[in-house]
Amino acid sequence: MEGAWVPLLLTLKVAGWATALNLFLGVGVGYLLARKRFWGRELLDAVLTLPMVMPPTVLGYYLLVLVGRRGTIGAWLQSTFGITLIFTWQGAVIAATIVAFPLVFKSARAAFESIDPQLEQAARVLGLREMAVFLRVTLPLAWRGILAGLLLAFARATGEFGATLMVAGSIPGKTQTLSVAVYEAVQAGQDDVANFLVLVTSITCIVVLLTAGRLVPGRVAGQG
Amino acid sequence: MTQLPVRLAAVAIGLLVSLHASAADLTVSAAASLTNAFKEIGPLFEAQNPDTKVQFNFGASGALLQQIAKGAPADVFASADQESMDQAQAQALVKAAERRNFVSNSLVVIVPTGSTHAPKAIADLGQAHYTRIAIGLPASVPVGRYTKAVLEKANLWTAVEPKMIGANNVRQALDYVSRGEVDAGFVYGTDAALVADKVKVALVVPTEVPVLYPIAPVANSTNAVAAQKFAAFVLTPPAQTVLGKYGFGKP
Repeated sequence: MEGAWVPLLLTLKVAGWATALNLFLGVGVGYLLARKRFWGRELLDAVLTLPMVMPPTVLGYYLLVLVGRRGTIGAWLQSTFGITLIFTWQGAVIAATIVAFPLVFKSARAAFESIDPQLEQAARVLGLREMAVFLRVTLPLAWRGILAGLLLAFARATGEFGATLMVAGSIPGKTQTLSVAVYEAVQAGQDDVANFLVLVTSITCIVVLLTAGRLVPGRVAGQG
Repeated sequence: MTQLPVRLAAVAIGLLVSLHASAADLTVSAAASLTNAFKEIGPLFEAQNPDTKVQFNFGASGALLQQIAKGAPADVFASADQESMDQAQAQALVKAAERRNFVSNSLVVIVPTGSTHAPKAIADLGQAHYTRIAIGLPASVPVGRYTKAVLEKANLWTAVEPKMIGANNVRQALDYVSRGEVDAGFVYGTDAALVADKVKVALVVPTEVPVLYPIAPVANSTNAVAAQKFAAFVLTPPAQTVLGKYGFGKP
């Protein structure tokens, strides 16, 4: 059953990258939505939340059409940089990043909004520049909420299945993540393989949740 | 006065009950390649058997077999290869005495239309400009099994396997090629004919064993009479005409 480590490591790699990307994307967008006033702000929030509520197959189809070799973005990437995303682990990262993105920016937005603006104001009065205010006051205060969102995002990315299968396919060792490997094993009637993979997946998820519980005591839901 | 939540709950329960399969429903689990032809055969069967409502469950034959083995309430099983049906028979999931071959098919190599390369022999698939080749997953998809057998016989499997993009059923392989996401793919002749504007057949590949589709009623069907009737119906002239129209051959 050594074969199970390959999908496990791949899953952790994909989820890790998706979480890292969301650290920047999610925190940036969360801050923008929390602090800037502009027309269509709530509409933007709603649109960006779509990946969380839409069926993964719809998302997978959008991605296939956009980043596929003949898609608008995909064709451009291929002709300009020679990059192909479809059927690669990077494609799986994109699917997982988008699916988990709302969990991060929602938590980050709530975390930023819960900060007392007077604290930042005080820092400005004391002569800190905007960047320093963000890094030394705002971010440390919002950090727990953001971390909770990131952990949820990691868990969600670990379990991503539908969009990943459509965009990255199921290539053993390259794009076959745990959830896809379980699906293949069940389809092929390899119950012993499925049993083992399911066990590995369950243990992985428990470890993630326990870690989340230790890092963010009593606040895995990330109410900010 | 009934309150709104109670009424809504009553409506919801009513919907659930009405959606539940009634005794006259006949569930046919059929190979993905049969999708278009069977959707046309269904109404023909219903016209002859007004009491029966046919519903289809299409997928890779290997996956359908696993569903039936795990107790899915299917009444008829139509597979794209003998192996899936042999396994079903070995587990006594189907009525072996009523098993019949009802159509034949061909294995083809397709490329996206507009593709600059088209293989002239399967050995050409080893060339560098074929970087991705869609093949059904041999563990559960018959078209993948036929393909693997052909490539192994030609000593090409080790060269082609690293380029393989596994498909969960033949229609997914077809879709990958018609979208131009892969450079070539192995599908059935009947599938390629459905999207003749998007793919072109480069090669017709002779298979190790003929591509023959068997059908059989499921052993513990709750609608055994209709199941037997449907399995027999696909061999009658009206059904064979529809299958022939989609390019399936006589068994």
